[in-house]
Amino acid sequence: MNTAAEIQAAARERAFAMPLEQIDPSDPELFLDDTVGHYFARLRRDDPVHHTPGGRFGPYWSITTYRDIMAVDTNHKVFSSDWTNGGISILERPMTERLQMFIAMDPPKHDVQRLAVSPIVAPANLANMEAVIRERTCRVLDDLPRGETFDWVGRVSIELTTMMLATLFDFPFEERRLLTWWSDIATTNPDVDTSRVASWEARQAELVKMAQYFTRLWNERVNAPPKTDLISMLAHGPSTRNMPPEEFLGNLVLLIVGGNDTTRNSMTGGLLALARHPEEWAKLRANPALVESMVSEIIRWQTPLAHMRRTAVADVDVGGRTIRKGDKVVMWYLSGNRDETAIDQPERFVIDRARPRQHLSFGFGIHRCVGNRLAELQLRIMWEEILARFPVIEVLDEPVRVKSNFVRGYAKLPVRIPA
Amino acid sequence: MPQVTFIAHDGTRRDVQVAEGLSLMRAAVDNDVRGIDADCGGQCACATCHVFVDPAWAARLQPASPQEEEMLNFTAERREHSRLACQIPVTAALHGLTVTLPEGQH
Repeated sequence: MNTAAEIQAAARERAFAMPLEQIDPSDPELFLDDTVGHYFARLRRDDPVHHTPGGRFGPYWSITTYRDIMAVDTNHKVFSSDWTNGGISILERPMTERLQMFIAMDPPKHDVQRLAVSPIVAPANLANMEAVIRERTCRVLDDLPRGETFDWVGRVSIELTTMMLATLFDFPFEERRLLTWWSDIATTNPDVDTSRVASWEARQAELVKMAQYFTRLWNERVNAPPKTDLISMLAHGPSTRNMPPEEFLGNLVLLIVGGNDTTRNSMTGGLLALARHPEEWAKLRANPALVESMVSEIIRWQTPLAHMRRTAVADVDVGGRTIRKGDKVVMWYLSGNRDETAIDQPERFVIDRARPRQHLSFGFGIHRCVGNRLAELQLRIMWEEILARFPVIEVLDEPVRVKSNFVRGYAKLPVRIPA
Repeated sequence: MPQVTFIAHDGTRRDVQVAEGLSLMRAAVDNDVRGIDADCGGQCACATCHVFVDPAWAARLQPASPQEEEMLNFTAERREHSRLACQIPVTAALHGLTVTLPEGQH
């Protein structure tokens, strides 16, 4: 049995010895054991705009530096997100199975659909939500066991983010774990992970159930006066009320995954980061006002979505390499967030960085995360309330990670709060 | 040095001296003016340095680029004189410029 440190050291050696042309950072195994960072470090040094000729996900370019990722992300005219061109993830699916969601649309359609949902997570509305988020967070934390081992992912991260989603959708509260289930289904690739569904057909069948459930909610809300939940906003919004069923399904998946996996894994990742950097935990206890900058650092350090994909719609130069029209281009946010030319000591978790907000986890340009301030609010409240209760939370073992090159997340993290 | 004024959402005024050539965003961040987040660090890529320019000053600024227009389009409360502070270089001619901050950056 190798220790975690030995696994990392061996992976680093392998990553730096391997011929460049063999490097394929999309291999889900590299995310399961969290060794992909060594391959990114090699690429940033030796081949920052890297072409992988084939493999499980077909030929694609890897963009690995902060600067080049910024350049691609802000050039949406050349780098298309549109589902008809391939969408926003490295995975290729047949045209009929591609999700029609606004993150996977180019302007002008993207703009009108995004603007329809954006008010729910705008600053004025967040101020109204803060009290209810805090009240629920307190309840979840107060109910945690003392002096016994429990799973932080299930008891805290999933519970808090699922309650938030149920609130945003005004979803039947007792059935809220359906949202977690559908989010996990939507990001599952049954070719590499069969723990949830065994096939693409089974996955599709679950998403159809989700669509049916939400269609019922839509029909209730469209016949009622407009309210401030997301479904009511979509059902009454001039630019969304006539959405075809495929777009309704796609945008639901976007909002469920966007508001779920990302914050969930940052809630777990922050605890793991502090456990591995006890000096930072001491700093935080001495100065709880650092929670705000720590939240940005958690989101950088975790990078809950490892990549976003684009498709070039014209020949274009990136970092001295020529990318051809039609090529698949993967921006590895996880790599850009560890780029030493943009971020000082990027491997370290430092809760009082000079410019903590300058990270790539939310993306940049017109597809930038619409719920970024809500995510930060949830994380801030969670840490404020943890600090008010628990001097120590012990992380007892390495986390179990999710086998995915898209969602960088955790299935389990065993912890104990001393009695 | 030119002086600019930031009026926070709650009405609090802050006068800041700015070295010529720096952006209005940099002037805010370097002087700890709360309410300018500047997530992208001045690349016109995020719209978290959104300000409302005093109407008397709006016409004296260079017009917004297409990229700035695009990012402004996604701010929470866009108004007629909305601008991104990172796209406004401060010059001697802008001595006295006044901008108001939105409720939050998003």
